[in-house]
Amino acid sequence: MWSYFANPHKFLRLSDWLAPTFYAVGTLCIAYGLWQGLWVVPKDEYQGGDIMRVMFIHVPAAWLAMASYSALAVASFIWFVWRHELADIAAKSIAPLGAVWTAICLATGSIWGKPTWGTWWQWNDARMMSVLFLFFLFLGYMALRASMDTRQKAARAGAILAMVGAINVPLIKFSVDMVESIHQGASVITADGPKMAAVYLTPLLVSAIGHSLFFGGLVMTSMRTEIRERRIARLRAASLEGA
Amino acid sequence: MIRGERVLFRSISLSVRPGEALLLRGANGAGKTTLLRILAGLTRAETGEVTRAAAHHWVGHREGLKPLETPRTHLKLWAQAWGARTGIDPVLTRMGLARPADVAGRDLSAGQRRRTALARLLLEDRPVWLLDEPYTALDADGRALIDALIAEHRAKGGAVIAALHGEAGFSGTTDLTL
Amino acid sequence: MSGAPLLAAFRQSLGEAWAGGAGALLPLGFLGGTAVLVPLGIGTDAATLKAVGPVIIWFALALESLVTLERIFQADAEDGTLDLWLQAGAPVSALAAAKTLAHWLSAGLPLALFSPVLALMFQAEASPALLVNAGLYALGSLAFFFWGGVGAALSATVRRGGLLISLIALPLYVPTAVFGALAMSGGPGSTGAPMFLAASTLFACAVAPYAMSAALRLAAD
Repeated sequence: MWSYFANPHKFLRLSDWLAPTFYAVGTLCIAYGLWQGLWVVPKDEYQGGDIMRVMFIHVPAAWLAMASYSALAVASFIWFVWRHELADIAAKSIAPLGAVWTAICLATGSIWGKPTWGTWWQWNDARMMSVLFLFFLFLGYMALRASMDTRQKAARAGAILAMVGAINVPLIKFSVDMVESIHQGASVITADGPKMAAVYLTPLLVSAIGHSLFFGGLVMTSMRTEIRERRIARLRAASLEGA
Repeated sequence: MIRGERVLFRSISLSVRPGEALLLRGANGAGKTTLLRILAGLTRAETGEVTRAAAHHWVGHREGLKPLETPRTHLKLWAQAWGARTGIDPVLTRMGLARPADVAGRDLSAGQRRRTALARLLLEDRPVWLLDEPYTALDADGRALIDALIAEHRAKGGAVIAALHGEAGFSGTTDLTL
Repeated sequence: MSGAPLLAAFRQSLGEAWAGGAGALLPLGFLGGTAVLVPLGIGTDAATLKAVGPVIIWFALALESLVTLERIFQADAEDGTLDLWLQAGAPVSALAAAKTLAHWLSAGLPLALFSPVLALMFQAEASPALLVNAGLYALGSLAFFFWGGVGAALSATVRRGGLLISLIALPLYVPTAVFGALAMSGGPGSTGAPMFLAASTLFACAVAPYAMSAALRLAAD
């Protein structure tokens, strides 16, 4: 199956219509989610009043932070085992976008935290800490790739690091969970989770789907650019050789 | 073999038999070192395979000598790592390293460092020698010494693959120009 | 396969670590210097120092491992030793583990053994618990060295790789730092934490050598 998707030509043909579709449907979903979230659903005083509406960006961003790192790890694994260049291109494209959504998650979480918890940053909140370390993993990945002198080396080094990071994520999560369970502060409120009222659930879900599609579209566009950049680099090297 | 986007070489096929010497020639940057590293298993070729029927010695253009190692401790270390039983002193004498045998690597001259690296060839009998620019930094004596070592090695049925830029003091059975 | 190459790699690294930096004195100086800055900054209140002392030592150990590890594979890659080790006929993961262990022995373990002295300076009561803590520091720093070793191997060919190692390795240090600090907190959760610390160190020792191996092959390529 991978070898089918590993073909850059097929990918270019597929993403030619798939990426715009993702953008269109994604934008519609995000717009619906925002409209519902900002104007339609009632505010929840327990969650901090109107500020809780940031949830419709925060929760999808949190979901994408985790999903994008998983995708990065999977792409890295595929590249490491089968050496399909497209998997590396995908990994390279996912990383900066994943970092952006992770940063959005941190920023919106912080903005939400100030009025509800009374602090911009809650050190004993396991989710905040996990996402922060996820952000660092993304940064380390990008910095490592950038410091390698050829694309082949960047691919190999990046894949090793992404896989090492991925197997450590559960352990990191477990350890910060432990901190939270021990230093449980009275002010900490469960901001999302199963207690969520049903009225929020649908717009939230639509919004999350929208963000995912939009993210997917951006990854595809970025991959298309990267494929073409590599092609240009190859052509340039070939023409230099011929000269 | 591709470096970055630069194709260094394509479709190379080579082999050495006992007693043979293969000289890899070519201008700077042609890929002699890369090809040698592929043969040694250090660099992965984009496609193709290397069949190694026998153990090999490697002397790259970086000597592998630590700044604080002396020729003696260096040879001792590798003799230990390889489980070789050869006496260190005869090897040091043969390579003309008896006098600086206990001088730290950082205080050795480039030629002495080179001789130390080449001395590893004598620690253990291995049929194939992979040498990257073996003459670098050596004086006339040193060059003659290498020629003698290679001649002996080949006479014993050993094979040599060497990347060379300039003149060779021994004739290759085959020359491969990249 | 015999253990000869591993033993040789271990001895070479140990010799380097010992001769290259005045033995364990240099890392000890680093640890002392880092730790001593803290009371000067946060004040000399005994209760505060007592509370933060164990964590400061963890912090200093983590930093010290990063600083120590910066050169261990980089130097090998530069002087050609890495090429030789990769052809030494032993699994590269085992070689990397042997080298890391040697550096831990010369720059990690001595600090752990020295930790009771620092703890006393941070107003801890003199008690056998300090020796238990020294054991925990030893255990935790081993994990630091192994994960830091992955960062060091990945940036072996990167000039000024030190900052990169820190960025790569610090997230991997989190579980160790958390379990280590919890184990010494004396509060709830401190009884189970040493076990988790040991487990995460074991995990590091089991996984990191393979990552180092892949990274070192890349560094030589």
